[in-house]
Order: sequence, then C-alpha cells, then structure tokens
Amino acid sequence: MKLSFEKSRQGRFFPLLPELDVPERKISSALTRAGSPRLPEMSPPDISRHYSELARRTHGVNDGFYPLGSCTMKYNPKINDEMANLPGFTHIHPLQPEHTAQGCLEAMARAEGLLCEITGMDSMTFQPAAGAHGEFTGVLLIKAYHESRGDSARTKIIVPDSAHGTNPATATMTGFQVVNIPSDGSGCVTLDALREAVGPDTAGLMLTNPNTLGIFDRNILEITKIIHDAGGLCYYDGANLNAIMGVARPGDMGFDVMHLNLHKTFSTPHGGGGPGSGAVGCKSELARFLPSPHVSRRGDEFFFDAPSRSVGRVGAFYGNFLVVLRALTYLVTIGGDGVRDAARNAVLNANYMMKHLSGIYDVAYPGGCMHEFVLSLERLKREHGVSAMDVAKSLLDFGMHPPTMYFPMIVKEALMIEPTETESRETMDFAIAALRSIYERALEEPESLREAPIHTPIRRPDEVNAARHPKLRYNFD
Amino acid sequence: MNFPEDLKYTRTHEWVRALDKKTARVGITDYAQHELGDLVFVNLPEVGDEAIMGERIADVESVKAVSDIFSPVAGEVSAVNDEILDAPELVNSDPYGAWLFEVGEITEREEFMSAEDYEKYCEEGE
Repeated sequence: MKLSFEKSRQGRFFPLLPELDVPERKISSALTRAGSPRLPEMSPPDISRHYSELARRTHGVNDGFYPLGSCTMKYNPKINDEMANLPGFTHIHPLQPEHTAQGCLEAMARAEGLLCEITGMDSMTFQPAAGAHGEFTGVLLIKAYHESRGDSARTKIIVPDSAHGTNPATATMTGFQVVNIPSDGSGCVTLDALREAVGPDTAGLMLTNPNTLGIFDRNILEITKIIHDAGGLCYYDGANLNAIMGVARPGDMGFDVMHLNLHKTFSTPHGGGGPGSGAVGCKSELARFLPSPHVSRRGDEFFFDAPSRSVGRVGAFYGNFLVVLRALTYLVTIGGDGVRDAARNAVLNANYMMKHLSGIYDVAYPGGCMHEFVLSLERLKREHGVSAMDVAKSLLDFGMHPPTMYFPMIVKEALMIEPTETESRETMDFAIAALRSIYERALEEPESLREAPIHTPIRRPDEVNAARHPKLRYNFD
Repeated sequence: MNFPEDLKYTRTHEWVRALDKKTARVGITDYAQHELGDLVFVNLPEVGDEAIMGERIADVESVKAVSDIFSPVAGEVSAVNDEILDAPELVNSDPYGAWLFEVGEITEREEFMSAEDYEKYCEEGE
C-alpha cells in the first residue's frame, strides 16, 4: 500500500480549519520556520480511503479474538465513547476557570473515589499517561517518602524475576539499583531469598499479583510484611488487576502505592498503543507527595490543589482526561457486582482455555491459573523445530491475534494467553480448535508452519532487518 | 552445536579465552546465540571500565529480548570489539570469532567449565 506522502498531489486539500474570524497577529519572522512543512496534500475521499485501507490491514478487538497476554484486550463498550464525546467534556479548555468546569472536576473526583474503593488506596492521580509512566510516578513517591525522613541509605528496589520488564526499568530510571529475586518451583517469590535480600538499603519492592505467569502469590501478606519490617514500601504493578478487582484489594495485601492501567482493566481502546491512563493510587501516608494538581472538594465545590510535598508534575494538565471518563463510564455502567463478575469470568475463561489446551501443549506452571496462563513450546521446538513464533504466526491465518510471545523470560518458547471476560465460549472453542490443528500440523508438516501466515496482507515482516536498519522517516528525494 | 576444546565456559553462556596470564577475551557461546536468535544490537563496555566478576558488563538484544552479559572475571576492560557494534549478526554467524570484550589486570575469576562439561550442561537444559 502507498504512503500518504506518495499519494500527495500539490494543491489538494481538506477544508479542516474554519475561516479566520479574529484579527490576524503577525509572528516575528525570527520565530517562524523558513518553509512550510512538507505535509501530504490529499482530498477528503482520498484521506478517508487511506485510513479505511490501513484499518483493513490491521487487527483490533472489533475484528476478532485478541488473547494478547498481559494486555487485557477486552471489549470496550461503545457507551464509553459516547460519554467521552459529550460536548461538555470535549468543548473545554484545560486552563479555563475551575468554577466553569465543575462537571469535569466532579467526574475525576468520582473516578478517583470508585478506583480507590476497588484498590484499597486513599488517594489517586490521573496524570501519568500509561502504565510505565505510572510506575515511574509511584516509585518517585517511594523515593520522596524516604527522602522526607532523611533516610538516604535506601538505594535498592527488589523485583522478582517474573516481573514485567518495566519494573526493573522504572527502578533504574528513578535512580535505584535493582535486586532480582528468583521465583520458586511454583512461579512465586522465594521467601528465603527475599528475607536475605532485604536490609537497611531496601527502598521497596515492585510486585505484580497475580504475577506474569497468571499465578496468585499466596504468600503475599508475608511478602509485604518482610518489606515493611525492613523499612521499605511495597509497590503494586496493577497490570493484572483484571484478575482480582472486586474480589481482593492491593491495599489490603499490604501495598502502599500502585498504578492502574485504566485503558486495560477499565475498558478503553488501546490496541494502537494508546491513549492510556496510568492512574497512581497511594495510601494516605504518601498522598502529600502526589503530583500536582489534584482534585479536591470543599462543600459542593471541586477545585485543584497542590499536595504539600508534591513530587511535581509528571505530565501536562490532568492526564488523559477522556480515558478516565471512559473508565468512569465503565464502572458506573457495570456497578460493583459487575466489577466482581468481570474478574471472576476473566479467571473462569482463562482456566477453561488452559484446561482444554493442557492436553495438547505443555502448560508452564500446571494447576489453576488466574486471568492468564503460559504455555511452553520448548518440547515442540526441540522435537519438531516449530517455535512459539511459528505457532503465533499460524494463528493469524485463523483471523486471530496471537498471544504474547517469549514472555515471561523465565519460560522458554512462551506463549501467554489472556482471553478476558468478554469472550464467549464459542470464540474460545474456536481458538482452542485452531491451536489444536496447528499442533497437529506441527507434527505432520512442520515446514508449512514456518511459511505462515499465508492469508494476511503482509506475510512475515523481516523483523531482524527492520531492527538493524530501521527506516524512521520518509525520504522525499 | 559447536563447543571448541580450547575455551572455558560459564553457566551464563559466555566463553573465555586466556590471552596471557592476566588477560582474557570474552564472547557468547554458539548455544547462547542460537537460543537468542538473530541479534540486532550489542552494547559493550568502554576500555578502562571496571569489570566486576558476576556483574552485568554488556548486553545483547535479539528480536525476542535483551539479555545481560556477565563478566566472568574481575579486572579492567582492556579492549572491545567495535566491529560487532555495526554488525551484530557476526555474533550469530561466528560466535567464537566475534568476541565482545577483553579484560586485563585480572584479579579474580569464576569457576569455569570445560567444553565437555559445558556441552553436558547445555544438553541438560541448564
């Protein structure tokens, strides 16, 4: 397919902007660019067809099953978008006076209240743009807490080896050293290794529960106690909250600060990489460090105030407000019982798929799972030369998005499957049948799987060449 | 899979060649490059950096993942193989020729495995 730059013809345009109806102000030529930017020039039908063509070449949750582990690709109810499109929420400026934006402030305060109830936290910011940004903000709170007590010896953050890659990256970005803790045979934190790792240099722990293997760590109260007894704080990576929301709360497990991926757990579209919202919640002891501004309430009036020892801004204005609004719509629509039922069905669906696939593929950690599970295709690769990549690519020909591959790192040839609660039994049965037929083909004609996919607009992109020699911009010459 | 007899091996899949009494050359094994798949980036230390035994000193990135390389000896980095920065595929095609770095002034070293023991270690799935 051609790029918009290649479709561009001089003089074609799209009347996007209204006529100028205010006096024109000249900007000093010292501040203006020398020439016009070389944007593609296209007519409205060409633009419309260009984007429709792009849409046909991709796969979203509206196209088919999307069991991408750790990404919670659930269906996003359209009412979320309807609410986020109301003119009262869209025709507003972030700098207009607070008393003229009371509805927006109330929506943020209400979302904060509901999400704090679900997580067991006391206060929340919506400024971070997505999960990793939320982690960064949360660990800044931990840092500010130790600094406020004059405790500068706490330089280490403990992270289990099953963690999302963002956890050690966050700890490093905030200036801490990472201490890795190995998982035990059941995929959970090894308590003895944790006890040995803590000390007066422990700033905190970053943990996902259920972890990236889809296993709920039963020792969680003991884990957070070990950290607290050593003087550290506990950070909850909310990536997997979909498994426990409405059933168990990080705040009750001993966590002090956490982020939520509103775009995942609370159903806002994120398949294209955003927009996201990495809301950060914390216990009251940390609230004074939250980013500024934060919505507060005085009587019937909502206003922005600055937490007393705020770490400052971590983003512009109030974060991705319309994503927060979609999450609020979701919560109000399904209610408290709906939140709990969503988590239970997410766990039920994952166990249904795991049970049916365990007779075909090797489950990395057999037993019950939470909202997702991990297959290991190590045996298939060793005996038949078919890799997790080959199986993932073969799924594309069934009109399905593949699971997450090669993660978590502690499982070889990993395929991580998260069906979510919004998929029907028929959809999952179709996926199970597809995975079964791929397995049978792997035994009979492994070569054919290395050719897959056959029926997609693009076959196998040359990932190695793309990484070694990336083309990051259009060359006009 | 290739396990040259004249090299020593670590449990984290580095190979070590003693250049003289105090200097060693380090790379990653054929098994390691095979497990990682096609490499797309290599990050090397700088000459003069301190090499701490058992700690991360470099990393290699494939289309699958980024993996740390650990220094099998304590000393000071005395040379790095700049050639592989622009051509990381050399590590895939010639893992024992495309070395990563050399450490001089060695003060300490890990317990290494022989080629035979390392081959057994790989077969047992670590």
